[in-house]
Amino acid sequence: MNIVVCVKQTFDTEAKIVLDGSGNIDGSAVKLVINPYDEYAIEEALKLKEKFGGDVTLVSMGGERAPEALKTGFAMGADRGVLVTDPALEDPDEWACAEVLAKAISQIPYDIILTGRVAIDDGSGQVAVRMADALGVPSVSCIVELSVEDGKAVARREIDGGTELVEVCLPAVLTAQKGLNIPRLPSMAGIMKAKNKELKKLSLADVGIDASGFSRKMSVPKLSLPNPRKGGKTVPGEPAEAAKELARLLREEAKAI
Amino acid sequence: MNFDLNEDHLMMREMVRNFAEQEIAPGIEERDELEEFPEELWKKCGELGLAGVTFPEEYGGVGADYISYGITIEEISRVDASLGVTVSAHSSLCANPINIFGTDEQKKKFLTPLATGEKLGALGLTESLAGTDASGTQTTAVRDGDEYVINGSKLFITNGYYADTYIVTAQMDKSKGHKGIAAFIMEKGTPGFTFGKKEKKMGIRSSATYELSFEDVRIPASNLLGEEGQGFKIAMVTLDYGRIGIASQALGIAQGAYEAAIKYSKERKQFGKTLSEFQVTQFKLADMALQIEAARLLVYQACQLATEHKPVSKHSAMAKLFAAETCNKVATQAVQILGGYGYTREYPVERYMRDAKITEIYEGTSEAQRMVIASHILKEF
Repeated sequence: MNIVVCVKQTFDTEAKIVLDGSGNIDGSAVKLVINPYDEYAIEEALKLKEKFGGDVTLVSMGGERAPEALKTGFAMGADRGVLVTDPALEDPDEWACAEVLAKAISQIPYDIILTGRVAIDDGSGQVAVRMADALGVPSVSCIVELSVEDGKAVARREIDGGTELVEVCLPAVLTAQKGLNIPRLPSMAGIMKAKNKELKKLSLADVGIDASGFSRKMSVPKLSLPNPRKGGKTVPGEPAEAAKELARLLREEAKAI
Repeated sequence: MNFDLNEDHLMMREMVRNFAEQEIAPGIEERDELEEFPEELWKKCGELGLAGVTFPEEYGGVGADYISYGITIEEISRVDASLGVTVSAHSSLCANPINIFGTDEQKKKFLTPLATGEKLGALGLTESLAGTDASGTQTTAVRDGDEYVINGSKLFITNGYYADTYIVTAQMDKSKGHKGIAAFIMEKGTPGFTFGKKEKKMGIRSSATYELSFEDVRIPASNLLGEEGQGFKIAMVTLDYGRIGIASQALGIAQGAYEAAIKYSKERKQFGKTLSEFQVTQFKLADMALQIEAARLLVYQACQLATEHKPVSKHSAMAKLFAAETCNKVATQAVQILGGYGYTREYPVERYMRDAKITEIYEGTSEAQRMVIASHILKEF
């Protein structure tokens, strides 16, 4: 089975986000990780490989530090990687990502494409679905359970208030939700072998896109940080009275309950 | 000279740290309280390759260098020094002498399952009359046809009872003193090989420490490690490398205690300020950081020498001595910073302090390390 996993390198979930002088996110000193939802996708891919045999290919876009993320995937057990890297891809929007990934994937054999349901950095959740459309294959979002047989995938996906069981013909794009699995830690041997795995770097031209006419369709005029967290509030008084007051504040002021 | 860890080392550190925080940390207080050996965690160590970091791939190991091994023990011990010594004793004291002195056949049979973590290893060296003076070994071995017959007992054996494979030293010719000692590979379950009492310890309480007892234990002659009379040398070389494991364990304890102290000092307020705003605390923390950094350099230097197959004896003794004294100072200061809370079992620093003490005692006391260092430096002049 040819399994493709799209991975994105994102900021560590604990990273402190700061804006530089011109209002852009300053990522210079930030620890980068594989998007945690993509890790579920890698784990699921490795499980499929263990069951059916075949290969797991990681596909990613990014700059200088992107190979780090792919190497983590290799250490977990993925077989090879494709990284599209190009000066014209410095700040791609969702359309650009979907186009580029679809073009890169169309060059390799695939039976199933897995990725995270959303990247934790920009949180748009668009790329996988638009990429499926560009490839002309069906997509199933937010899966928490997956089984594959006879050219079909049966996936349980999260919907509002419950789950839905979906059957889909392969090839298809499926996006992973938390709960699908627990990603394995790379083993020592996996880490040692990671640097010897094939990582193919492709430019836009290599995937058949003319870089000169390639620009984002959407712009982001302004980024702003959330308001700083205010200090906590102590509700004084007798326990019974204080609890009552706390419940009132939670309901009326914080609108939390 | 380059002080940077390479990409593999950084990934290994992150992996072992994640493993330690996600899987080793839960239940650690209970294991300490109940003196419970974590068999499940040992199994997971094997699955992740932590049982055979430095051993060749052809014998089931990972084939990584000693820095990788040091990092492994350090990161495990940063969270759980008991599991740290379990892995260290298994790797350094049992698997490693088989790797260095074993025949190809012995490595296939004994090293492979140890390196994969399928089996746990231990070393039976110490006896009631043979501590720092290992030449006082009273356990005897007599050749009888195709077998050796072993009689005697061993004391304070880390991983005892739980281990499957034991290296055991025994005296074959008392008149030759330490040159009469031989080392043998003994398997759990061999008739006559039994376990005595389990030690109740001050620290590293969820590691297992047992007495071993041998009553006419017959083992095949092919289980002789090295040659007859080589046992003392095997033990000394084993300990030269073993100290790297304990030095790394001590480093991990120091790091864990330091982090707990610095975290607390930034939260706890007295007189309207956090503890970390008082110069008295800052100086304590600065001294901790300084000692840990110095210890880490010594430990990694010893690791690097071992990787390059250069003599390690002096440097591993220095690393172990300095790291052991460092973790005792750091853990004691950490308890001091946490004050009354630090003395309770609600916080981990009292455990770090209890765990730290043993690093100055086993695999050669701090006094024995000074003996080793002195013997080297006096020869050099």
